Amino acid sequence: MTELLLVEAVNDALHVEMERDPTVMVMGEDVGRLGGVFRATVGLQDRYGADRCVDTPLAEAGILGTAVGLCMAGWKPVCEMQYDAFSYPALDQLINHVGRYRWRTRGKMSFPLVIRMPYGGGVRAPELHDDSPETYYVHAPGVKVAIPSTPADAKGLVAAAIRDPDPVVLFEPKLIYRLARGEVPDGEYVVPLGKARVARDGSDVTIVAYGAMVGVAERAAEALESEASCEVLDLRSLKPLDEGGLLASVAKTGRAVVVQEAPRVCGFAAEVVAVLAEKAIFDLRAPVLRVTGYDVPYPYWQIEDAYVPSEARVVDAVRRVLAA
Amino acid sequence: MSRVLPAEGGLRRVIGDGESLPDGEVEGLGRDQLLALYRSLVLLRTYDERSVIYHRQGRIGTYAIFWNHEAMQVGSVFALEERDWIFPSYRESAIGLLRGMPASTVLQWWRGHPAGWWNPEDYGVASICVPIATHVPHAVGFAWGSRLKGEDRVAIAYFGDGATSEGVFHEGATFAGVMKAPAILFCNNNQWAISTPLSAQTAARTIADKAIGYGMPGVRVDGGDVLAVYEATREAAERARAGEGPTLIEAVTYRAAPHATADDPSAYIDEERVEEERENECVGRYERYLRRLGVLSDSQALEIRTGALEMMRAGIAEAEAEPPADISLVFEHAYANPPATLAATSRSCGGSSDDGAPPRRGRERRTPRRDGA
Repeated sequence: MTELLLVEAVNDALHVEMERDPTVMVMGEDVGRLGGVFRATVGLQDRYGADRCVDTPLAEAGILGTAVGLCMAGWKPVCEMQYDAFSYPALDQLINHVGRYRWRTRGKMSFPLVIRMPYGGGVRAPELHDDSPETYYVHAPGVKVAIPSTPADAKGLVAAAIRDPDPVVLFEPKLIYRLARGEVPDGEYVVPLGKARVARDGSDVTIVAYGAMVGVAERAAEALESEASCEVLDLRSLKPLDEGGLLASVAKTGRAVVVQEAPRVCGFAAEVVAVLAEKAIFDLRAPVLRVTGYDVPYPYWQIEDAYVPSEARVVDAVRRVLAA
Repeated sequence: MSRVLPAEGGLRRVIGDGESLPDGEVEGLGRDQLLALYRSLVLLRTYDERSVIYHRQGRIGTYAIFWNHEAMQVGSVFALEERDWIFPSYRESAIGLLRGMPASTVLQWWRGHPAGWWNPEDYGVASICVPIATHVPHAVGFAWGSRLKGEDRVAIAYFGDGATSEGVFHEGATFAGVMKAPAILFCNNNQWAISTPLSAQTAARTIADKAIGYGMPGVRVDGGDVLAVYEATREAAERARAGEGPTLIEAVTYRAAPHATADDPSAYIDEERVEEERENECVGRYERYLRRLGVLSDSQALEIRTGALEMMRAGIAEAEAEPPADISLVFEHAYANPPATLAATSRSCGGSSDDGAPPRRGRERRTPRRDGA
């Protein structure tokens, strides 16, 4: 075990996986000589060469589109999108090809590519460096999506994504890239996709969260300690979703609050709530509430704290479901 | 260091008109190869003409016609090695026939039957790309990735004139240039994107001119001249194999048929110009060339046409004899390891459209509590 920051754990996973599998390559804007604008890919080009850690042109659709062709040539590309909102030009490739090509070959060819991107707000950045676009990706058939909230999970999920035969998109909460610090297993370490993590045990209410919102949920649970026993469920993987873990937690607590940073309408929290409505309705003792960003453009950073779900908003939602 | 030249002004041409324009020849092409080119042209022409009929008979669905595009497809594929990969758009739907794909497979694609979706590795032919220009980076990535693996493989992507307006064409071509990918970007400029003429598509003087912006040569060739297309593609493939990077080939032709069976060009097309093109269509031009050379006899031509027709009759019969697709295929092939929820949906789809059984009121039901306890 080594104590690492979340971004260091991502870097560690890339080093380990590139060492393990010579067909893994990393590509993206500024990932090579610079080591990425967040330094997630630092040292890879020195160790594995410029052909396996590739500084690409500034062209997101080109990055993802050539990655599809690289898969056909036998590579496992790990594509970095520099920021969340910079990934939108690549959505055409994601929806039209990345999620469909395996199906198009009737399962004969695999497209084991990975897309990694820092996402989310709270970092006092210029416009379009703050989005939470996970729903666009989760909605695309053929694509899996995972979001770590701890350094150990970041390492394990990067490894799982690289080893998965299907395309996987990893959203890395940039706010906690250098705030989350924790013990990370040395060497090869895999956290399977589709397994949620109980971040905190509780019996009165389940707070469902992922990414940087897990920390917010944990702090809210802490603040509520004298009033209620809150369970915090870190989904870790949005697709496949750990429905069993989700339903087990809610069967135990009978109440749920779902937290997401993305805008509200059709966000991933809505999917969680729909699953609970379909499969846990008789376990619920109160309406399920969502705490989310709002259906507005991500705000000017001087007032961004009013947008990102806060500990206070989560506390308030928990009190309301407890009182229902 | 490769030379990057401005696009050639005139169109490269080999085949003459039997009158004022003299015939040329392509070095290295013997009698057998000249006949093989003819056989391939007739194969694709027959596929296309029969497909329009099959569509009218309700035996295939909407079909994108490639009549008069055969010389571009045949000439370019003939210049490649079997190990090279082809990335077709829907206009090249039947290009796999040139690699031994059965006609029934392509017909099934247009019939919407799963048997029409092949394994690209079987033929070195990628899946038919429907969204415009989005396969250009796939070909580039494949070529680049093959070079990185030390494999001598060239990739060719086919697209139309309209495709060069798409952002993803620009991104793919940019990558091709930067990565020195052994790729050939083959534009079949038929001067129409459904109803939009080339003049409304780009203000560039030619499409080949765009090549200079990506640091690659741009070549203009008569798209109705199978030999000129062959020669230009052979040169591009040689450059690619020599490590000199990609080439943009602009093959110029004129769309002499509707965009697809669902299209009615009478609202926009110049009928006189179409008529002129039909008289000079690419298969007839090559056939007259071969006859002038004394390479093709009447009996050979008849035998080749009859053979192609027979192949199509057998192909459609085979396609129609295939049992209907199993609906379980709706849930197949999207994932290597599908999410458990998808498997549950698949299991339940025979009975109802919902995702598994809903919870039932009964013994397991909790009594709703309102006391907050």
